[in-house]
Amino acid sequence: MIELTIPISEEKILSLHAGDAVAISGIATTGRDAAHKYMVERLIEAPGPLPPEDQRLFDELKAVYRGGAIYHCGPIVRNTGGEWSMVSAGPTTSIREEIYEERVIAAFGLRVVIGKGGMGPRTLAACKARKAVYVHAIGGAGVTGAAAMVEVIDVFKKEEFGLPEAFWKIRFHRFPGIVTMDAHGRSLHEELGKAFDERLAKLLRGESGG
Amino acid sequence: MQSDSKNRLNEPAFGEALFDLIRRTACDLPADVERALRRAHDEEAPDSRARTILSLFLENVALAREKQVPLCQDTGLPFFLIHHPPGLSRRATVKACEEAVARATREQYLRPNAVDPVTGRNSGNSVGAGIPGVYFEEGDDEAVSVVLMLKGGGSENVGRQYSLPDDALKAGRDLEGVRRASLDAVRQAEGKGCAPGVLGICIGGDRGSGYLHSKHQLLRPIDDVNPDPALADLEKRILREANTLGIGPLGLGGETTLLGAKVGALHRVPACYFVTVTYMCWEYRRREIRIDADGTWRFTR
Repeated sequence: MIELTIPISEEKILSLHAGDAVAISGIATTGRDAAHKYMVERLIEAPGPLPPEDQRLFDELKAVYRGGAIYHCGPIVRNTGGEWSMVSAGPTTSIREEIYEERVIAAFGLRVVIGKGGMGPRTLAACKARKAVYVHAIGGAGVTGAAAMVEVIDVFKKEEFGLPEAFWKIRFHRFPGIVTMDAHGRSLHEELGKAFDERLAKLLRGESGG
Repeated sequence: MQSDSKNRLNEPAFGEALFDLIRRTACDLPADVERALRRAHDEEAPDSRARTILSLFLENVALAREKQVPLCQDTGLPFFLIHHPPGLSRRATVKACEEAVARATREQYLRPNAVDPVTGRNSGNSVGAGIPGVYFEEGDDEAVSVVLMLKGGGSENVGRQYSLPDDALKAGRDLEGVRRASLDAVRQAEGKGCAPGVLGICIGGDRGSGYLHSKHQLLRPIDDVNPDPALADLEKRILREANTLGIGPLGLGGETTLLGAKVGALHRVPACYFVTVTYMCWEYRRREIRIDADGTWRFTR
């Protein structure tokens, strides 16, 4: 298990390879569909000057993401006496963010994108160009995931996006995952996908069908 | 006792039973699924990535049960199937399900999971138009049984419906065509539906009934045998062959791609031949309670 502590250096990212198991520690945020659409349309590619509220959040996210991580996750959270905590918080499917992620990586200097199911060629190219990796978390493992999110520091856009879609600013302690897309242009998903295709073709070859 | 059974699910005790059903379904993976995962774990090569991932799955299952918190943050769309004697008020029963779902959401056993697609607003209590899904089957049994399945959005997204014949798959209108479509669905799902999954397959029906019936197949025990010998053979074959694809846990390679395949059939109109595949994730959450005529209830699964 390779330890990754945020902020993560370019050298550290370059030392990682598809297939490596990692444990991530440090401050990051969750962010999924609504968050990505918002970041790209209303922050990164906003046509004019940002309203002060958006500018504040933009600055906040820049500070968290520089050398840091975003986690595709829509958690179940609990509020006890005004304090938020994570109840169940495994990864959500990442491919839905494929149209946005390259711009998010570039605009913020993200080093790690965490999710499940892998991402496509645009994100893979951004990982190579900007020195970032995609980490596949353990899909379905909400409870062990939440246990590695030891502190909820803040939350943004809770009212507008709802609890699952908000940006939850959290502290990871040894959050487990597997690098499946590295900064050298390798994607485990792409490589395995070719093998799956070959095996399916073999299964379907035998008989001609009806 | 017809009058007693009439509104039984609307009484406070049944509200409590429904709430407990939701809580247990969200937090405690059924024994048949856990057994299948453990078997898969033992069959993967020692030190393989697949085995490591399966052991992390089992760790999550144990921790969720111990802490009584939801296994997965995506508690999905609650799917209730209610078997009932004549005379039950369906409207009152739907209301009781909605109330139990809202309470389970308040108490963090469910994630607020109902989003208005027009305004983008989350209703906050997991109740909305069409959510929860509540379906009914009337029978002669005096008892009411309620089956609940919680199925996350990731697995729901990888479901597929094929209209046969399908030239690319060389799938004709027969069981061989169903086999081809089903294996293609597994390939397309890869790890995205949180493999190893379970397939619910419906042959025939229309576009709507096909999906519904495919979900009904997922309510069967994982190790049961289809009473139709032709479908039983097809299920065995799909399961065996899908597990040669190498997709493995989370799609990261391995021997275990599917834990089960369940096939049902509905009559079709001559012009249509649908094969509808619903993919259920490895956290195959479904439980059942039985409420007897005297008002007592217990878990039957």
